Amino acid sequence: MIAAHEHLAVVPVVLPLAAGALMLALDEERHRLKAALNAVSIAALIAACLALVVQADTGRVQVYAIGNWAPPFGIVLVVDRLSALMVLLSGALAAGALAFSLARWHRAGPRFHTLLQFMLMGLNGAFLTGDLFNLFVFFELLLAASYGLALHGSGTRRVSASLHYIVINLTASLLFLVGVALIYGVTGTLNMADLATRLPAVDEADRGLAQAGAAILGVAFLVKAGMWPLGFWLPGTYAAASAPAAALFAVLTKVGVYAVLRLSSLFPGGAVDGGLLLAGGMVTLAFGLAGVLASQSLARLAGFSLLASSGTLLAVIGMGDARATGAALYYLVASTLGVSALFLLIELVERARPPGADMLAVTRAAFLGASEERDPEEEDESGVVIPATMALLGLSFLGCALLVAGLPPLPGFVAKFAMLASLLAPDPVPGAAWGLLVLLTLSGLASIIAMGRAGLQVFWAHPALGVPRVRLVEMAPVAVLLGLCLALTAQAGPAMRYAQDAAQALHAPRGHAEGAPRRP
Amino acid sequence: MEPVLAIGIGVLAGSGVWLLLRPRTFQVVIGLSLLSYAVNLFIFVMGWVRGGAAPFVQPGAPVDPARFADPLPQALVLTAIVITFAMTALLLVVLLASRGLTGTDHVDGREDEE
Repeated sequence: MIAAHEHLAVVPVVLPLAAGALMLALDEERHRLKAALNAVSIAALIAACLALVVQADTGRVQVYAIGNWAPPFGIVLVVDRLSALMVLLSGALAAGALAFSLARWHRAGPRFHTLLQFMLMGLNGAFLTGDLFNLFVFFELLLAASYGLALHGSGTRRVSASLHYIVINLTASLLFLVGVALIYGVTGTLNMADLATRLPAVDEADRGLAQAGAAILGVAFLVKAGMWPLGFWLPGTYAAASAPAAALFAVLTKVGVYAVLRLSSLFPGGAVDGGLLLAGGMVTLAFGLAGVLASQSLARLAGFSLLASSGTLLAVIGMGDARATGAALYYLVASTLGVSALFLLIELVERARPPGADMLAVTRAAFLGASEERDPEEEDESGVVIPATMALLGLSFLGCALLVAGLPPLPGFVAKFAMLASLLAPDPVPGAAWGLLVLLTLSGLASIIAMGRAGLQVFWAHPALGVPRVRLVEMAPVAVLLGLCLALTAQAGPAMRYAQDAAQALHAPRGHAEGAPRRP
Repeated sequence: MEPVLAIGIGVLAGSGVWLLLRPRTFQVVIGLSLLSYAVNLFIFVMGWVRGGAAPFVQPGAPVDPARFADPLPQALVLTAIVITFAMTALLLVVLLASRGLTGTDHVDGREDEE
């Protein structure tokens, strides 16, 4: 018999499932009731996740056998520092997305709340599971819900972007299956902890097959993470998605990164090529950097900065240094919160602008010449009263920009500093670390230029365009997400220590081993 | 038996990939279906090909593992089939929506300019 508090581990999966299923039974028009249910469920979820984080931080790795079936036959959930942190992160993003949607988005389609809950279930399951095939199932769950959310609000642009998104992810899922099948064929198990003990013992003849399986799995995960040649779909899809959906999608690339981390922890002794990850991450970072500079619309800018953050993570993880990975985990949390807030903010900001004003300053200046900049009405020097809304939006935008570019005082800076510090620690410093340092610095510069340009255009160039109508419930999540980031800076010490411990556990040989089935 | 299966999987996967890269949405859907058949067969084969073996043991009878098929890949295939089936259905709906909204069945929502 398992003690009652042990069941906490399964709450992040079961609670959204129950809430989502209950909402399916409700009438389509009862938005208010569904919103209340959703809010209660997410609040309870966050409480459970907090408890899990506290529990995991004692250093205990909890292995929860679903249905109390013993591991070789049953499926286990594994709660360690990393998975507890990721579950908490997705809960926080979901709360932000839900609060934002309450103003109007949740009425744009009949099943928004249900899809949100199911997506949460998939996310949490993917983070917690200790079984490779179960990971596939949860991936599919979260992807199925994300297809629905990407389509939320409909419209030509969303439908065609979703079409690409669905096809690409279906193909990636098929690759995932091939990888899982190969690994099962070689090792005869899908339990991750069991795999970690059996993979080193694989016959020399079969080793190539197992590595091929892992490589194919890796490709499937990297499609989700948006690594360079595989990430072209990302900015378009995210830019087309409705704001709350995009805010939640900010964590999707991190699912890919998380899966890569877990997978590489299964192969002690370099079966996963860190060099490839490093190179891919650096190219992704460069691509994201170029994309950020070239973006004509704010939403695409946010999409590309997501790619850049994904590239940073992959490159730093590819260095294979436990301390660098710890800093990368801290960066993961900070950048996800920041980009999520940015996606929400963009929708609010763009409301003020006339439709089709997506052309940013560069293009306008290049095509129309400087004369257009002097509108007669702007000659009026009577002093512009800055309304509180605009000030608040501007401040939040500044916060997002600082966070994405990695400038103090927000945690983006702390994270980048910690990553660079650990990369430059070994003596002599490897050449790749220098390259990464240059790229990281450049990406900060590029983000600042692009965000500054966009901010100038939106907030200062045309103040006469009118103040967007923003409701408190829409502004609050942006403020809370940014507030969380501030808290992350204020508590950088404990947060960084937590991330470092999580990374240590990943790099320790068989850190996951408590989930292994006991064999006679 | 193995060569036949291997060739079958290869042909299915090859045709699937080719169709997947075509510009018409319907071809893409068929390509994905073919590819998923190939993958499902592939998972199935991972449990080794053993004709006429059942995946369960007789109660009471002595157990000889060599005479039984591995039940796990069969369960995995079942799950995979259900999931890809549902996803294909969803994709079909999106395909129809895209066709209705853009007036073309090109995957990009517009015809190539000649």
